[in-house]
Amino acid sequence: MTHLFLATSIAILVTMTLALIRAMLGPTVFDRVLALNMFGTKTVLLICVLDFMSGRDDFLDLALLYSLMNFIGMVALLRFTEFGDFGGENLE
Amino acid sequence: MIAIDIIILALLAATAVTIARIRDLWAAVMFTGIYSFLSASWMLNLDAPDVAFTEAAVGAGISTVLMLSTLALTGFKQGRSGVRIVPLLAVVATGGILIYGTLDMHHFGDPNAPVQIYPKESFVQKSQPDMHGLPNVVTALLASYRGYDTLGETAVIFTAGTAVLLILRREKPRSSRPGSPESDSPESEQNTEGASA
Repeated sequence: MTHLFLATSIAILVTMTLALIRAMLGPTVFDRVLALNMFGTKTVLLICVLDFMSGRDDFLDLALLYSLMNFIGMVALLRFTEFGDFGGENLE
Repeated sequence: MIAIDIIILALLAATAVTIARIRDLWAAVMFTGIYSFLSASWMLNLDAPDVAFTEAAVGAGISTVLMLSTLALTGFKQGRSGVRIVPLLAVVATGGILIYGTLDMHHFGDPNAPVQIYPKESFVQKSQPDMHGLPNVVTALLASYRGYDTLGETAVIFTAGTAVLLILRREKPRSSRPGSPESDSPESEQNTEGASA
């Protein structure tokens, strides 16, 4: 069972490497945004796999926090790309 | 687990080199997000979930937003800069000294390390007279010994937050300076330039 988890995490890490390469090469902004979003998702998956591999279920909260942070960061990045600032009244 | 550690560290090194070399600052901010996600999962792999929690919240969440708002004030492109020999040598020498310093450290998880054996007895024996008769050792540790620690951390974080807010707010009095009616135009021009970059 541990071998299965190990193989899964290695596969996720390979996907993370590919996403990182896309983010490095990415000619447009949206390639990079997509790569970063995918990277965050893969991090959440990696945390879950590590969690089950080490046999302690209390890291799943951390995976939840990561997906929230990924979402917030993504919204901030996209708003910023669209408007040039965060588009809020309090910044003016 | 060792294989995962090695792969994550290799990805961290690749990300760090990319951050140092890239000229598009918007992409650099994104790579710092990737870096903090990676380092947080590495810390999780090392069994430090509380540090990973902080890294995820501060590194991936807040600092990305702060850096983006900094970019809104400063612009998106970095000027040309060649490789300078003296700073490179200074960085390499500092890194070498730091690696040399780790040679004296105990092995990870070593039961004979001072952090595992040293403080417990003295804390138990001395906490009552130190804390003027506080009967509970746990309370003494959390409320008194670690209270200084937490006070220092709070002061440092407050100072850093104040400094960041002051830097980010710097444009405001300049743009609302009396006697310049078109004072808003450079800022908006800078913003549209940032959006197209």
